[in-house]
Amino acid sequence: MIRIDIEKKLKAYGGRQVLKIAAEFPAGSITKIYGPSGAGKTTFLKIIAGLVTPEKGKITVNDMTWLDTNAGISLSTQKRKTGFVFQNYALFPNMNARQHLEYGTTDKAWTQQLLALGKLETLSGHKPEHLSGGQQQRLAILRALSIKPGLLLMDEPFSALDQEMRSELIRELQKLWKETGMTVLIVTHNPHELDEIADQELFIEGR
Amino acid sequence: MDLSPIWLTLKLAGITTVILLLAGLPLAYWLSKGRSIIKTIIEALITMPLVLPPSVLGFYLLLAFSPQHGPGKWLHDTFDLQFVFSFPGLVLASVIYSMPFMITPIKSALQQLPVSLAQASYTLGKNERQTFIRVLLPNIRASVLTAAILTFAHTLGEFGVVLMIGGNIPGVTRVASIAVYDSVENMDYSSANLYSLVLICITFVTVVSVFIFNKYKAKSPLE
Repeated sequence: MIRIDIEKKLKAYGGRQVLKIAAEFPAGSITKIYGPSGAGKTTFLKIIAGLVTPEKGKITVNDMTWLDTNAGISLSTQKRKTGFVFQNYALFPNMNARQHLEYGTTDKAWTQQLLALGKLETLSGHKPEHLSGGQQQRLAILRALSIKPGLLLMDEPFSALDQEMRSELIRELQKLWKETGMTVLIVTHNPHELDEIADQELFIEGR
Repeated sequence: MDLSPIWLTLKLAGITTVILLLAGLPLAYWLSKGRSIIKTIIEALITMPLVLPPSVLGFYLLLAFSPQHGPGKWLHDTFDLQFVFSFPGLVLASVIYSMPFMITPIKSALQQLPVSLAQASYTLGKNERQTFIRVLLPNIRASVLTAAILTFAHTLGEFGVVLMIGGNIPGVTRVASIAVYDSVENMDYSSANLYSLVLICITFVTVVSVFIFNKYKAKSPLE
């Protein structure tokens, strides 16, 4: 079980707003996070990953405290080891597809399995600049999975995929998530997207 | 023709470039991360040699490292080191004088990389050092190369600062630029011409290599 109760001031158009979220995510669940642009969806994911620090808050994951601003506890991003799919993919221009996965894991069989999952086996030697938008997005998802995270944070991860590829990939990912018991938080800008796979949803209003 | 000033110049430029590369990479990385008053002051100090007359820098280095005063006296008494009128003095002056040519392009290149690259690396469990070596550095390779070559080229052309701290001792501190000046002073235009031609050729090859390594795109020294 992941318990989050945080408060973070955000710079917003026309002044400041406060991102205030208290939520629980059962282990192994898939949660859809949606809300208007600028509400703080990406910031929320980054706070969980330890990339952004909130002014106030507490995050516990399976009874382990990742963040407690009152007690001065803040686990580093490296120790939290969440899988993170960035909205802009954040792929490394100097690495090819296989090297991206090998950067996260030394398990060759797992690397091969991931390449097959993302249908990138034949493109494993290609660098991001030689991949299409959809292929880059798939690689970003695979890289996040390479560390076999307990918690996967995905920021609009399917936006560049065509309908067929998206459905097929989600089906395969669902299987993997079930097998591994991974907890997944997916940010989407479309409130009706991912209804078929999400166990619960979180609306971030932004005020 | 005495070729020792040419060899000495190349040796000085090579050593200066290596020292600045080793010291400049971590320093540029530190400067590229966030802002603070201390960083602003250090950055200003690094950039000052670009606008200060070289003779001013040379004069104060001469005073500071003179074996009769302050740090120079301490270095001489404690470690038997003498920077004035010696090759190590030339290296020290060159490192200070060429520092902006190494630091500024690398810092600028690091700042232009999306912050999400480092963040992605951290989420994969990598620390700052691993991230710098495996992700950031390979993606600013062209800028590092440009910085190294420009530092080398700039050191080749130093005159005022090396004359002030090193003087004109043949085989020790008499670099090519000083040899040109000295030859003209002695009305030996033939030697001055030869030293100058060699310097022009080396500098031309060095600068052309910057453009070749950067795939024919011209880059400003401070880019």
